[in-house]
Amino acid sequence: MPLSNETRVRAREIVARYPKPRSALLPMLHLVQAEEGYVSPAGIALCAEELGLTKAEVGAVATFYTMYKRRPAGDWLVSVCTNTVCGFLGGDAIFDRLCGHLGVGHDQTTADGTITLEHAECLAACDYAPVVTVNYEFYDQQTADSALRLVEDLQAGRRPAPTRGAPLCTFAEASRQLAGFADTRDGAVAAGPSGGPTLAGARLAMQRRETAPPYPEGSPGAKAVAASGDGWKATEAVGAAPVQPSRVQPSSHDAPLSTSASDGADPAPAGSGLAKGSDVATAAKPGSPDADRKES
Amino acid sequence: MPLTPVLTKRWLSPESWTLRTYEQLEGYQALRHALGMHPDEIIQLVKDSGLRGRGGAGFPTGMKWGFIPQGDGKPHYLVVNADEGEPGTCKDAPLMMADPHSLIEGMVIASYAIRCNYAVIYVRGELVHCLRRLQNAVREAYAAGYLGRDILRSGYDLDIVVHSGAGAYICGEETALLDSLEGYRGQPRLRPPFPAVAGLYASPTVVNNVETVASVPFIVLGGADWWRSMGTPKSPGPKIFSLSGHVVRPGQYEVPLGTTLRELLDMAGGIPGGRALKFWTPGGSSTPFLTAGHLDVPLDFDEVMKAGSLLGTAALMIFDETVNIVPAVLRFTEFYAHESCGKCTPCREGTYWMVQVLERFVHGQGTVEDFDTMLDTCDNIFGRSFCALGDGAVSPIVSSIQYFKDDYVALLSDAERAKLDSREAVPA
Repeated sequence: MPLSNETRVRAREIVARYPKPRSALLPMLHLVQAEEGYVSPAGIALCAEELGLTKAEVGAVATFYTMYKRRPAGDWLVSVCTNTVCGFLGGDAIFDRLCGHLGVGHDQTTADGTITLEHAECLAACDYAPVVTVNYEFYDQQTADSALRLVEDLQAGRRPAPTRGAPLCTFAEASRQLAGFADTRDGAVAAGPSGGPTLAGARLAMQRRETAPPYPEGSPGAKAVAASGDGWKATEAVGAAPVQPSRVQPSSHDAPLSTSASDGADPAPAGSGLAKGSDVATAAKPGSPDADRKES
Repeated sequence: MPLTPVLTKRWLSPESWTLRTYEQLEGYQALRHALGMHPDEIIQLVKDSGLRGRGGAGFPTGMKWGFIPQGDGKPHYLVVNADEGEPGTCKDAPLMMADPHSLIEGMVIASYAIRCNYAVIYVRGELVHCLRRLQNAVREAYAAGYLGRDILRSGYDLDIVVHSGAGAYICGEETALLDSLEGYRGQPRLRPPFPAVAGLYASPTVVNNVETVASVPFIVLGGADWWRSMGTPKSPGPKIFSLSGHVVRPGQYEVPLGTTLRELLDMAGGIPGGRALKFWTPGGSSTPFLTAGHLDVPLDFDEVMKAGSLLGTAALMIFDETVNIVPAVLRFTEFYAHESCGKCTPCREGTYWMVQVLERFVHGQGTVEDFDTMLDTCDNIFGRSFCALGDGAVSPIVSSIQYFKDDYVALLSDAERAKLDSREAVPA
């Protein structure tokens, strides 16, 4: 099946990003994969034509990388991390449960073509173990039960919200994003909070009132902090829970702020972004449950 | 030691990934200052700071930048290695999600220093949401004049492209990454020539880790002495430590280099159920396991090496006393066998055969001779492989036999154990 003209136009856009055309090959393979759910012979031919390569050269590259599928993937690529940390903390049980439920094994697609299951190598989210991804969106700290519900939701046509990420998009849409074409859905970039493990150290530092040493006086940083005004103080205010200053370190938070924002006699103008109560102060509550997954 | 949030200090701010928040919190002030400096002054500043690469090897960053030949008439490139994938390593993804502009600001400063006008972020393919945040941040930075032509009216130009990989751990090796970025299979190159001389498109190229580059704006703001006021003399600065596995509060903890696991475990709430620590990695699965006897080793590049391991990416995978180490080693070895690029024989064949032997053990069919087979094979992989993947692959095997041979012995059949007993009873 020949690929669409739009894909060819986009392929040329990719080439234009790089000093040398061949650098476009990996994104281009993601792009052609979007069309048929795998890197098809037609996709390989398109890449070869656009880059002046042989199909063998393109195929040699495509077969090297795990994310390029050689058979059509389902709408939902469900990847279960079974590397050591995830596997031992429940990833193995999750994978077994999903295999049993779906009746497929690693790198296999259900008969109706909706779900492809795979066990993945480390997904760089070990602090959220065990993790499952669907079309590369993270579902953190899963159990065999919660992963089963996730898959059942997908089978029922629902799109459960990822723990940290944008609302689910299809494998084809994700592939186009991987080809470098931005996700244009409203709120996609902003969706998904930083989770608890990401913020664990930052929150603890705030609770303990521990900070890095302040920038030295006269340094560019000291000037920048002064220019930022209440920005830092506001960030600190994120910690809603009052804490006892047990081990107070001298910090940039404590540096004298000789700015209008901290000067009660000469407050910063409203709307300057420096006034107290600016949006920087209204952060996510630290105590909020991070791992709760909103089921749609 | 206290926590020292520097790279992580903005992460709690609302919409910390946006330019708006970033600019309110010192963002792009380092760039304004840096563009007023001579590029060589910036390289010297980074050298003076003692910043060492955060991607695993700990190579001095300023020195790497200084290797770029100047006035050579060739284009120079900066490539950010965001292909995070070593088991245990999970710091760059949260950094790029929470504070992508710090990476971009660092890239502009680094590029200006090495006289580069085209830079790439090679981000791991599986990290689609990171990709969105990065693409958005790059777009915002262009619109605000921090990227593109005549940045902040300095006359300096820089373009940044965000490039997704496609699922290959080996592309975290810098020369494999460059081959991949050029559109080839991601296989390592013979060195020399090093990337500083012949990197991307055979031109001088700096390849730096995400966390390394994101550290640069802070060094510009605070100065070398300030950076050195944290950490140890030979490993200065703060570092993001990633705790995972059997800990109560896994996550990212930014502390000075030289902090110990005992201190970090205390921050992370210890091991669930009050169980005892059995083994851990200081820097991901490629770094030899350490034990409860190493709780007080200062975690910096040199002290960890003295203790027989490597700091790597400061990815601390913690395993408690309930775990038999052999299945863990098997799982890591399966990873290396899967990710071996196949270019060199010791790694390609060695990792495959190690999986076979370890599987035997896990299924109770290991033999006494297998210890020699494994150590001999590891000896033929280590130092004889084309790149560090092979070296890393033997770390779990060799260190587990060194510290936890009993775990292997426990999996032997009675007959094999009897053989072992009689063998060890007779002095060699």
